[in-house]
Amino acid sequence: MQKTLIHDLGKFINWLPQIFSRPENTKMYYKETIRQMYDIGIGSLPIVFIISLFIGAVTAIQFSYQLSGTLIPPYYIGYIVRDMMIIELSSTFTCLVLAGKVGSTMAAEIGGMRQKEHIDAMEIMGVNTSAYLVMPKIIAALLIVPVLVTVSALIGIGGGYFAAVNVSGFSDAEFTRGLRSFFVPLYVNMMYIKSIVFAFILVTVACYQGYFVTGGSVELGKASTRAVVFGDILILVADLLIAVVFMAS
Amino acid sequence: MIIAKDITKSFDIQEVLKGISFTFEKGKTNLIIGKSGAGKTVLLKILVGLLQPSTGTVYYDDIDICSINKQQLRELRMQIGMLFQGNALFDSMTIEENIRFPMDMFTKESIQEKRNRVNYCLERVSLEGINNKYPSEISGGMQKRVGIARSIVLSPKYLFCDEPNSGLDPKTAITIDELISSITKDNEITTIINTHDMNSVMEIGENICFLDQGEIAWQGHKDEVLENENPKLQEFIFASPFLQKLRSRALNAG
Ligand SMILES: Nc1ncnc2c1ncn2[C@@H]1O[C@H](COP(=O)(O)OP(=O)(O)OP(=O)(O)O)[C@@H](O)[C@H]1O
Ligand SMILES: [Mg+2]
Repeated sequence: MQKTLIHDLGKFINWLPQIFSRPENTKMYYKETIRQMYDIGIGSLPIVFIISLFIGAVTAIQFSYQLSGTLIPPYYIGYIVRDMMIIELSSTFTCLVLAGKVGSTMAAEIGGMRQKEHIDAMEIMGVNTSAYLVMPKIIAALLIVPVLVTVSALIGIGGGYFAAVNVSGFSDAEFTRGLRSFFVPLYVNMMYIKSIVFAFILVTVACYQGYFVTGGSVELGKASTRAVVFGDILILVADLLIAVVFMAS
Repeated sequence: MIIAKDITKSFDIQEVLKGISFTFEKGKTNLIIGKSGAGKTVLLKILVGLLQPSTGTVYYDDIDICSINKQQLRELRMQIGMLFQGNALFDSMTIEENIRFPMDMFTKESIQEKRNRVNYCLERVSLEGINNKYPSEISGGMQKRVGIARSIVLSPKYLFCDEPNSGLDPKTAITIDELISSITKDNEITTIINTHDMNSVMEIGENICFLDQGEIAWQGHKDEVLENENPKLQEFIFASPFLQKLRSRALNAG
């Protein structure tokens, strides 16, 4: 197990430079990037929407319990929901969900092409398949995931507002005042850094699993699962590292 | 011209190729023949660099493809067309997009020029008018022919066909053989065909490499096949009692 992990890591690191070589034809890469942006962006919007709404609402309800009977002023609820969403929940949850939804799809798509010899056929034509199949996906994710995360943060705060006002009995003024208090721009930067790092992780891990798949449909299923599991784990590890670095500085 | 030199290939303990040396000549249809499992596909994949040989090398004219870097290999591959045994058509693209793909990737022609070229290639494999169908919507033999159309779209210098006429009726199979043969002649290219079809051997076998259990058991021209006494070759080409009878008649008559 450890040996294969190290082996995989080495192979992965060796593989990365091939993805970032010069495109044979920018137009084809551009077209593919647009397609991927559409798939990742539009395709994931509903689930990101629903999840963020619930997370925001649950955060508000949970914290209203914690706040009741303490001396903390009630308007803190808006502040807490906002910062929770921006610092941690929107980027992490969105990317964990995307690792499941987008990551498994990408691994299956590329893995299927490997098994049906499509990748060999492209290689024979002279195409750098590592670049053509992976780079557009990475670029698309780097562009679109931050947008999704922004949407997630906004929707989450909206959900928090809805729950705080309608379920937990805070006033509109209290929540809004909280939203406007103690704003730290650095946290927003952190959210975007996280979303970019996570996007990179989830796409490269998924594509790696698909690109080097061997065997048949059982192995393809396993590769798709590994894409999600490893993607999730690496996202959480990166989350921790970024938190440590940011909080230290 | 492509030269294979002392090629061996093993998968784990199974030795699939045991020292293959052969010269595939330019402007000729070179055939690799042999029973199912003889190692034809493995040899073809080694020749195009999809598999690394365990030992030995492959030369394209005087380029040793086992020692050039990836970028150089890609440049060489732009001159290669290949038909896979399983076709390897891109199943989410239409037939036209499939055939156009190499042009889209590597040429700057206008869409109209590309479309004309696609239609010309489809015409050569007698499949006009199926541009907008998907690979899953056409028959296996048609897929094979689309695969051939795609492999010749950029006028390759080297053409590889893995079983171009398996799954085709004898008549279409012969048309395909003739097509490949005429492309080879017209453009003076080096063509290598894997086959176990005895019609192909007798019609277009200008330079035949007969593989048996990972070794070259015989090599030569189609005209030598009939009279040759190599028992393995005879067993392979004239496999059925009917064909054996035909052969002895032909020999007696001649
Ligand atoms: N990737 C691989 N791993 C292990 N063994 C392999 C692999 N590819 C081929 N072989 C073995 O190599 C031998 C030759 O296979 P190959 O596909 O070259 O046969 P072939 O001559 O093309 O047969 P056919 O006419 O049926 O296509 C077979 O015994 C096969 O089991
Ligand atoms: Mg084969």
